[in-house]
Amino acid sequence: MHQKIEVSGLSCPLPVVKVREKLLEMKKGVLEVQVDNGTAKDNITRMAKEAGWKVKLEVQEEGEGYLLSISK
Amino acid sequence: MWKQFFISRKFIIFTGIFIGISATVLQKLGNPANMGICVACMERDIAGALGLHRAAVVQYIRPEIIGFVFGSLIAALIFKEFKARSGSAPLMRFVLGFLAMIGALVFLGCPWRALLRLAGGDGNALFGLAGLITGIWVGIFFIKSGYNLGRNQRTYPLVGWVMPLIMMGLFLLLLFRPQLPSGAVFFSSQGPGSQHAPLFIALLVAMVIGFLAQRTRFCTVAAVRDVILIKDTYLFTGVISLLLAALVSNLILKQFHPGFQGQPIAHTNQWWNFGGMVLAGLAFTLAGGCPGRQLFLSGEGDADAAIFVLGMIVGAGFAHNFDTASSPQGPGLWGPASVVIGIVICLIIGITMRSAIKEN
Repeated sequence: MHQKIEVSGLSCPLPVVKVREKLLEMKKGVLEVQVDNGTAKDNITRMAKEAGWKVKLEVQEEGEGYLLSISK
Repeated sequence: MWKQFFISRKFIIFTGIFIGISATVLQKLGNPANMGICVACMERDIAGALGLHRAAVVQYIRPEIIGFVFGSLIAALIFKEFKARSGSAPLMRFVLGFLAMIGALVFLGCPWRALLRLAGGDGNALFGLAGLITGIWVGIFFIKSGYNLGRNQRTYPLVGWVMPLIMMGLFLLLLFRPQLPSGAVFFSSQGPGSQHAPLFIALLVAMVIGFLAQRTRFCTVAAVRDVILIKDTYLFTGVISLLLAALVSNLILKQFHPGFQGQPIAHTNQWWNFGGMVLAGLAFTLAGGCPGRQLFLSGEGDADAAIFVLGMIVGAGFAHNFDTASSPQGPGLWGPASVVIGIVICLIIGITMRSAIKEN
C-alpha cells in the first residue's frame, strides 16, 4: 500500500498527529509525507521511528520543504 | 550530521540544563527572584516600559525577550530554516496570546517561571503547574476532535522579518533610553522592574537559549502535550532537565527557600494560581506552543507566532490597566472574572474551529 499525505502549513502538533493517525490506520506499507518545516519533519521522523517505521528523507529543498518516505 | 545531533535526546537535555542554570544565574546577577527567565513577566515589563500600562514597578525593556528572537533568527538563518509564513487565523492567535497573558498574570508567571518558582522552593507553583497541565489536557481534547487554526502560507520575506525588526527597535530604546515628554520610555526605579542582570550578559545568554531552542524545538507546553497526545517524551526530558538543573543551581547559589508563604512575586490563593494557569495552558495549547516557543518561531519567520506575542504584550497592558493581574497580596479585583471569561472564550474557539481539518 502506497499512500500520500500533505501536512504543509499546519501548526504543531497537527502534522505529527495526522501522520500518526495515518500510520496507525495503514499498519504497514509506504507513506509519502510532504511537510514544509523542520520542526514537523523532526517530530514526524522521531514518532515514526519510535513506532518501528523506517524513515527516509527523499527530497529536501532548502527553505522550501521536505518529502519523507515512511515505510514498514 | 549536525542537524541530527541538535535533535538528539542528549542535546535537549543539555538545552534544558543550560536554561535552568542560566535562569538561576541571571537571578543571581540581578533579575527578580524566581524570575531569572519568565516570558510572560518580561513581556509585561516591556509593555510597561512602552507605557501600555502604568504599573510603575514592572517597567523595563527586558533584553532576554530580544535575545530569544535574535538567537532563534541566527539559528534559523544558519540552518536555512528561516521562512516567512503567515495567514493561519492571525487575529485568533492575537486573542489567544492576549488571554494567555491574562491567565499567566493571575498566576504570576508563564510555564517557564512556574518551573523556576518550583525550583526556587515556591510550593504555590505546584498549583500553577497543575492548572497548566489541566489546560493543556483540555486543549488536547480539542486537537483530538479536529481543532486547528488552518494552514499558514509562504509570504514575502519582509513579513518574517517584522518581529526581529521590532526587537531591534526595542533594543535601541533599551540602549539609548530616550525620554519623551509623556514620560516614555518608562524604567522602574523600584520593584521587580528595577531588578535586572547586566544588559549584555542577559542579551547574550538569551541569544544562546534562542539558538538552542530553535534547534531543539524546546517548548514547555508541547513537552506535556506530546507525552499525553503522542507518547513522545523528547521535549519533556528537556523540561525536567531544566527543573532539576535550576533546583541544583539554586541550592548551590543559596536561592532555594521552600515554603508557600512570602514567596517572591507570588500569592497563595491556590484556586486562582490553578485557574490562571488553566487559562494560560489552554490558550498556549490552542495556539500551538508556550510563550518561549512563540518567540522562537517569531525569530524563524512565523508571523502568526509574532501576532501571538503581540497579543501577549497588549494583554499585559490590559491586565494591569483593568486590574486583572495579581499582586503578592492576591488576585486583582477582576482577575477571577477575567479567567472565567477567558476560559469560556477559549472553549468557544476550541469548539467552533474544528471543521477545516476534516477536508484535509
